[in-house]
Amino acid sequence: MENRPSEVILMNNNLTPLIAEILRELETEKGIQLPPDITNDTPLFGYQGILDSLALVSLVVALEQAIEDKFGISVGLADEKALSQKNSPYQTVGSLAHYASSLIGQASVHG
Amino acid sequence: MDSPVTLITGTRKGVGKYLAERYVRLGHRVIGCSRNPADWNLDGYCHHTADIADEDAAKTIFATIRKQHGRLDHLINNAGIAAMNHSLLTPLSTVHKVLDTNVVGTFLFSREAAKLMKANSYGRIVNLTTIAVPLKLEGEAIYVASKAAVLSLTQVLARELAEFGITVNAVGPVPIDTDLIRGVPKEKIDRLLARQAIPRLGTFEDVANIIDFYLKRESDFVTGQNLYLGGV
Repeated sequence: MENRPSEVILMNNNLTPLIAEILRELETEKGIQLPPDITNDTPLFGYQGILDSLALVSLVVALEQAIEDKFGISVGLADEKALSQKNSPYQTVGSLAHYASSLIGQASVHG
Repeated sequence: MDSPVTLITGTRKGVGKYLAERYVRLGHRVIGCSRNPADWNLDGYCHHTADIADEDAAKTIFATIRKQHGRLDHLINNAGIAAMNHSLLTPLSTVHKVLDTNVVGTFLFSREAAKLMKANSYGRIVNLTTIAVPLKLEGEAIYVASKAAVLSLTQVLARELAEFGITVNAVGPVPIDTDLIRGVPKEKIDRLLARQAIPRLGTFEDVANIIDFYLKRESDFVTGQNLYLGGV
């Protein structure tokens, strides 16, 4: 339990490539425009976001399933703050990775 | 084509059990669930004991389906409970129970099913409404309100999920001889039947007939619809 914060950071680092991989798949499927490099700062949804609401749905669902496959944990990435400019976990790749890893952390503690 | 994967809620008894047996017979791989353990089993059928309004339990069911079958073709949101009582005699705990099972459960299972169906750009979701909604049946305020919500869910989800090749429709049965109406006095049922164009109780087959139609591949242009039985 004492190791939780570093564990979360480690997972966070692992989730960014996973999100990037899913975005590349969506690029082909949904015809969205991605920058050459996907980093934690890449905007996803909202201000300067690269996804429309349907592409966001596809990303969130695909990420939930990828987390289930990779970590064996079912997380729900739906969030009521999704449409809020200020607190949305879907603002950037980094915010989504952070949000997802915190849920994985919680699920590990409770599960 | 592989045999279709069909999830049906509320399969321990009544219409749900009939539908589970029927779709197993038609070659589907059927997954069912109910709050209490089922006292029956069949080859080609897998049962989960779960409260359909419990998000964790639902997620476990869908994770299992994904692992075992890799996809989901059909969801039949059959599970439902009724509270037949004057509104002034209905405790709030009953209100929450009815809304949880009928509305929250239907929403939760539809949401999780759509996530799985989306991967194949194909899916059929069928909800259960009731003729008690258009008949504005007195003595069932919260049940009717919950099923009116299911009707609205059907119509809105149909629009939201069309993009993913998923149709969402509903069937609204007349009273059927199941536990749901067992506590209702006969004269009340008779009065209700008199308001139908065809005044008889419904059968499991009547309901299945409509669901068969919604599940057909050829029904891909039919969505957001609700069909009342008995000519209501």
